Amino acid sequence: MKVPIVRNILEANDRISAQLRAIFAQRKILVLNLISSPGSGKTSTLERTLTDLAPELNMAVIEGDILTDNDARRVAATGAQAVQINTDGACHLDSSMVLEALSSINMDDLDILFVENVGNLVCPAEFEVGEDYKISLLSVTEGDDKPEKYPLLFAESAVMLLNKVDLLPYVDFDMARAEKFARALNKEIAVFPVSCKTSEGMDAWYDWLRAKVQAKKSA
Amino acid sequence: MHELSIAQSLVGIIQDEMEKHGLTKLLTVRVKYGRLAALVPDALSFAFEACTLGTPMEGVQLELSEIPILLKCSECETEFSPERGDLFMPCPECGEGLGHQVLQGKELYLDNMEAE
Repeated sequence: MKVPIVRNILEANDRISAQLRAIFAQRKILVLNLISSPGSGKTSTLERTLTDLAPELNMAVIEGDILTDNDARRVAATGAQAVQINTDGACHLDSSMVLEALSSINMDDLDILFVENVGNLVCPAEFEVGEDYKISLLSVTEGDDKPEKYPLLFAESAVMLLNKVDLLPYVDFDMARAEKFARALNKEIAVFPVSCKTSEGMDAWYDWLRAKVQAKKSA
Repeated sequence: MHELSIAQSLVGIIQDEMEKHGLTKLLTVRVKYGRLAALVPDALSFAFEACTLGTPMEGVQLELSEIPILLKCSECETEFSPERGDLFMPCPECGEGLGHQVLQGKELYLDNMEAE
């Protein structure tokens, strides 16, 4: 016999993601899912952000990597709480991994939880991890056509950080093109050109973070 | 390459539905996926085979069908399906190429199954 079903295959992930959202809503923690390709500067941008905002915000990081705890150690050196998840080959974090990692985090008085996803522009966009917003990070050395090539990620991101702008004189990266297509996919996307190395443009990103923390607290 | 996660979730849902309907023999599983769901059908078939090897589900036929993208023009609201999955295809009515809304194409679901 034919059994009609129509069930979302990723429902288990979505269910745990909803559970995580409820925990974060109750504790008023802003949760950001940071997604980019490998080497675009996710960890360096986090290090800079954690260091600069340490005096005013309490932040923690869940680090997702296929192997090694290098990133968690780098992040922990800033003084922020850091938990490493090793996916052992999987190309993305899912909500059950984040739920498990949460047991190692002290959530008291936490303002922001960053989830640094596995470096990959495709799969992480498909798996929610209880976040308020996805943040996509694109570095100018990667090429300005990434929003066109990986539309789902940029369509679903609240922010696009264009990193390594200090290298713009040396690469053929058309800022206007990257921004145009990101906006074509997502009218609301906030675009911040930054350099986590020189700190150029980071203030606009910090203002966005402060505003969202405030909004989450008063929600 | 998240097809293995998808295959594992799929197996769980199938087991649940078999139990719910009191079925014991699974014949065919039909999955629908949107063109934008970043799914590689061959990889999912392979992962499903690997997940079901040595279980009562071994050898079950997995049928995958793609759901095309449907866009709504940001300018004149005409609905159209772009060729080759191009989200920036100019609207066939007014020519606008940016800002189209995705109405369909992100789905990923178990549609139905044949079982006894």
